[in-house]
Amino acid sequence: MIRLDHIAWKAGAFGLENISFAVPTGCYGVLMGPTGGGKTSLLELICGLRRPTAGAVWLGEREVTHLAPGERGLGYVPQDGALFPTMTVRENLGFALRVSRQPADKIARRVAELAKPLGIAALLDRRPTGLSGGERQRVALGRALAARPQVLLLDEPLSALDDDTREPLADLLHRVQRESAVTVLHVTHHLSEAARLADVLFRLEAGRVTESKVTPASEPRGVAPRSRSKPTSPPFYPAAPGAWPVSALNRRPIGSGSL
Amino acid sequence: MSRRAFDPLWLVLGSITGTYLLFWLGLLGAAAVHSSPSDLWHALQAREVRYAIGLSLVTCTLTALLSLLLAVPVGYLLARGRFPGRAWLDAALDIPIVLPPMVVGLCLLIFFQTTIGHLIERVVPFTYTVAGVVLAQFVIGAAFAVRTMRGTFEHLSERPENVALTLGCTRTRAIWLVTLPAARRGMFAAASIAWARSLGEFGPILVFAGATRMKTEVLPTSVWLELSVGNLEAAIAVSLLMVALATVVLASVRLLGERP
Repeated sequence: MIRLDHIAWKAGAFGLENISFAVPTGCYGVLMGPTGGGKTSLLELICGLRRPTAGAVWLGEREVTHLAPGERGLGYVPQDGALFPTMTVRENLGFALRVSRQPADKIARRVAELAKPLGIAALLDRRPTGLSGGERQRVALGRALAARPQVLLLDEPLSALDDDTREPLADLLHRVQRESAVTVLHVTHHLSEAARLADVLFRLEAGRVTESKVTPASEPRGVAPRSRSKPTSPPFYPAAPGAWPVSALNRRPIGSGSL
Repeated sequence: MSRRAFDPLWLVLGSITGTYLLFWLGLLGAAAVHSSPSDLWHALQAREVRYAIGLSLVTCTLTALLSLLLAVPVGYLLARGRFPGRAWLDAALDIPIVLPPMVVGLCLLIFFQTTIGHLIERVVPFTYTVAGVVLAQFVIGAAFAVRTMRGTFEHLSERPENVALTLGCTRTRAIWLVTLPAARRGMFAAASIAWARSLGEFGPILVFAGATRMKTEVLPTSVWLELSVGNLEAAIAVSLLMVALATVVLASVRLLGERP
């Protein structure tokens, strides 16, 4: 669970007041709001990159308000991926495990385990320079998932991508969340993205967060009900035929295997 | 496809730039052709000049390393720190750049006549010593290195470092593992600029470390000493050597330091 209790934060003239909301454990939460409305700041407050002036941040059963970012047990994917430019894709993926001083063979196993389903196995020895936007985001996602966090925070992970890249990556995010049962908070200002992915939808407007339940009626046409169990259908595809737009069904999926 | 109309402004701007460049090349060319290569080579064989070359290379390298040690943390603080008085600190660190070099030397000389200065000199004597040469070069060279490192850190995105924090790093470890490797070209540029600036430093060295032959004589001191005794060939030879060294450093910075 991700829970914010009466969070307040101020930077110059801009501030957030009395922000409270919760993403239930294992759910895909989407936070929407206008550009410059404080969505990224909220994510950074949850990460611990910013300190609230009031209120509390809870991740699972732990209050983490005063913990360092690295002690919170979360994965964070910023908007541009923010890959480590001097490291290879392999080193980026293994970074969290290297920092926690895991043995090299364990790091190598986990990197291989992540690379296949994310479709980046062929990129492992490349550096981030020259990777496409979609590849960068998949590497950033793998890096965030490497230490098996309970919470995943995604800051507009699809907004810099073109349509052809965005759709498969949205599929991948959906599948990653479903298979790993990680609690996700995904920030976006695209309604279609939110409708497609959200179990629970929040709107941040004028410094306040309101929750909108995602009901079957508000889901895009034919989207299959979200399930916490392992998918019975082939990877990347919905349970029921016609559940995704036809264009998605014709698209080649990214990678295979589980996370 | 239509061609863009030629704007005469570009011709004017090009002429100004070309004239300035030609003036500089003319100055260097005049110095280069004033003596024959054999005279220049002979002048560079002098024992004093060879000592000055060696001392310059050693002191400039030490200064560059010391400047980098200072410039990395200070540049990071200025680029990433948010604290009251930051603008004042930023301005204060530029003082060595805008002060006349002679004044810097005089300030050093006076400081080491104070009680604190005497206490320091009991451990490491600076006044009229080789250590004084390094300190005089460092005071000015470090200011340029700090400017360069500040610019480097400002141009680097803070996000990778923040991601490293979320992945379990402390701030120090994130800087060490993520930010400094990304800043390595800037670090090279900062050290090179400090090195090149130190190579040409004369005023503060003359005032604070003196111009004693075979002791505190660096290349600019050699030029001055040779000119003062009328040995123009030697002065030109040393000057051209300094031009060559500065050109190599400048080219290295351009080729390596500014590559993305």
